Amino acid sequence: MDKRIIKDLYYRMVKIRKFEDKIIQHYPEQQMRCPVHLYIGQEAIATGVCAHLKKSDYLFSYHRNHGHLIAKGADIKEMFAELYGKKTGCSSGKGGSTHMVSLENSIFGTSAIVAGGIPIGTGAALAVRLQRQRQIVVIFLGDGAIEQGTFFESMNFAKLKKLPILFVCENNFYATNSSQKVRQANPDIYKIADFFSMPKALLDGNDVIQVYKKSGDFIARIRKGSGPCFIEARTYRFRTHVGPETDIEKGFRAREEVEKWMKKCPYKRFHRQILANKLLKENELLDIEHRADEEVKEAWEFAVKSPYPEKEDLRTDIY
Amino acid sequence: MSWDKVPVDLSDLRVLPEDNTLAGNRLITYRQAIHEAFAIALKQDPKVFLFGEGIDDPAGVFGTTLNLHKQFSKDRVFDTPICENTLTGIAIGASLAGMRPVLIHMRTDFLLVSMDQIINHAAKWKYMFGGKVNLPIVIRAIIGGGWGSAAQHSQPIQAIFAHIPGLRVVMPSTAYDAKGLLLSSIACPDPVMFIDHRWLFDYKDYVPEEAYLVPLGKPVLRRQGKDVTVITSSFMTAIALEAGKKLQDEGIDIEIVDLRTVKPIDAELIFSSVKKTKKAIVLDFGYAFCGISAEISSMITENCFSFLARPVERIALADVPTPASHVLEKEFYPNLENIICKIRKIAKGG
Ligand SMILES: Cc1ncc(C[n+]2csc(CCOP(=O)(O)OP(=O)(O)O)c2C)c(N)n1
Repeated sequence: MDKRIIKDLYYRMVKIRKFEDKIIQHYPEQQMRCPVHLYIGQEAIATGVCAHLKKSDYLFSYHRNHGHLIAKGADIKEMFAELYGKKTGCSSGKGGSTHMVSLENSIFGTSAIVAGGIPIGTGAALAVRLQRQRQIVVIFLGDGAIEQGTFFESMNFAKLKKLPILFVCENNFYATNSSQKVRQANPDIYKIADFFSMPKALLDGNDVIQVYKKSGDFIARIRKGSGPCFIEARTYRFRTHVGPETDIEKGFRAREEVEKWMKKCPYKRFHRQILANKLLKENELLDIEHRADEEVKEAWEFAVKSPYPEKEDLRTDIY
Repeated sequence: MSWDKVPVDLSDLRVLPEDNTLAGNRLITYRQAIHEAFAIALKQDPKVFLFGEGIDDPAGVFGTTLNLHKQFSKDRVFDTPICENTLTGIAIGASLAGMRPVLIHMRTDFLLVSMDQIINHAAKWKYMFGGKVNLPIVIRAIIGGGWGSAAQHSQPIQAIFAHIPGLRVVMPSTAYDAKGLLLSSIACPDPVMFIDHRWLFDYKDYVPEEAYLVPLGKPVLRRQGKDVTVITSSFMTAIALEAGKKLQDEGIDIEIVDLRTVKPIDAELIFSSVKKTKKAIVLDFGYAFCGISAEISSMITENCFSFLARPVERIALADVPTPASHVLEKEFYPNLENIICKIRKIAKGG
């Protein structure tokens, strides 16, 4: 694989990890006054998929959205400021962690309603088709989202109209604290695509190279006009559903299970892979890490220093 | 009687537009006016498209979308699967990506299936992202029952949408307004709930042939009078005008304010009228409890209390689901006789 691509993937992944580590570090200070759904543990998916996207390609996401935005290139200063409820935030302090936007990256907002972004992404793809444009649309969703009717309705519509969509289901086996077993009659989410005769893949969501390669195949097909494709990428979130803690101390998930998955950490795994296969040198990796550290630090300082909204801002942006 | 005929015969009613000197004025129906507005919007702006269940069938949504797919291609006027919530999300997404979608439902009842996308998404999107994104979408649905449409096919639920910040709710009462308000709704950068009324479809009015806009949020005076202010909208405007004619013979002169848009409301016209007549009644084709009539009544009380000679009255639909039997249905909807009686009582100070 091209060295440039490896560097790019590593940079995106490290940046997501460091951004969220910074949240974990400062969240207990109670200045970020909004719920945060951390993406730590799942970084390989956003990284692998977004590496194929152009700025003009649309991306739709859900409550666990930080990784998707960062991987697509969103401004992390504005993202951090949004977490702090500042006027300089990407949503002017009105959205918070679950409602992030990045117009330059064709991310036109994210929904906190489970599956809410799926039909919206489908509509963006319809607009692309109607305007005879060339962008594609990526819709990220959690495993919980497939329990909603709008998921099936959108799959049907997308296939019916041959829309340029890559659906990426990030199966981390939990929806809040409920395991997939108690929620879903069939654990093989990817097989749903068969009903709609949609090309599909089941991926190891902790293997960034695998995600990169397969999503690249699908995205190339979609760009050529194949219609929608579906990916289920299995992964695991390291932190609790919402907030910076882990689930072990809270008793929501078994220690053994969490620890088993921590060993499959997508970041460490990629790091090991790079060194073992001599894809990059150690100092090259360090350079990337430093760069990400700097950017995250800068973003955090920007957020902390930024002004809060004015009282009058409460009533703006309605119409 | 067929599905879409007006159950109350008021076909001789002629509501004059404010400016009937405009070139090309013709007497056309409310249904034709809506059809015409769609055709103009599709012609003027390639970003406009219409979609909804059965909109390209031979009935064409009571004639309001008839044959538009033939005129403007199946890409721009198309039939859909039966998935209202998802269709609403699709409208939102399409508008984010540069289009101006109009989503059409035969009945407002089906909007209840799409509440998540309307209320959680469309209404909030601009605010949630600090004003960075606009959603120029129109969701059009039709109220008005009759012919035993019953509880799930003739619900007057417009107040639910008026309650939600971020939505505009338009309810035209004349053909002139239907065309001008629909064109304004399609031109509006925000989500608009456009709610038209089946019983008005055959009403005729003078309507200019060309495109024109009726501003959103501005009520209009339909009739001048000195005795009682009647605040109304949609089909109830037609009833109010009829009541106005009958009461005039008795020497009672009512003033009629047609809201045109039930959210937002520029209430100045209401206040100035109430300050003049000192008496007000709100006629609403919806439920009274937490409804539009409650809101108007409260606005008047808060702003014109010292001018009022008596409490604001309201007439609305019975607080029950819509019944099927025509005997019960007749009881469910406000009727001209009751309205006249009540206004007469108010005017005479009883
Ligand atoms: C319609 C709806 N119901 C319930 C919730 C509360 N809720 C927030 S996140 C979540 C779980 C979602 O699980 P999943 O889609 O698998 O995503 P994950 O959090 O695991 O990344 C739930 C139930 C919600 N936001 N929306």
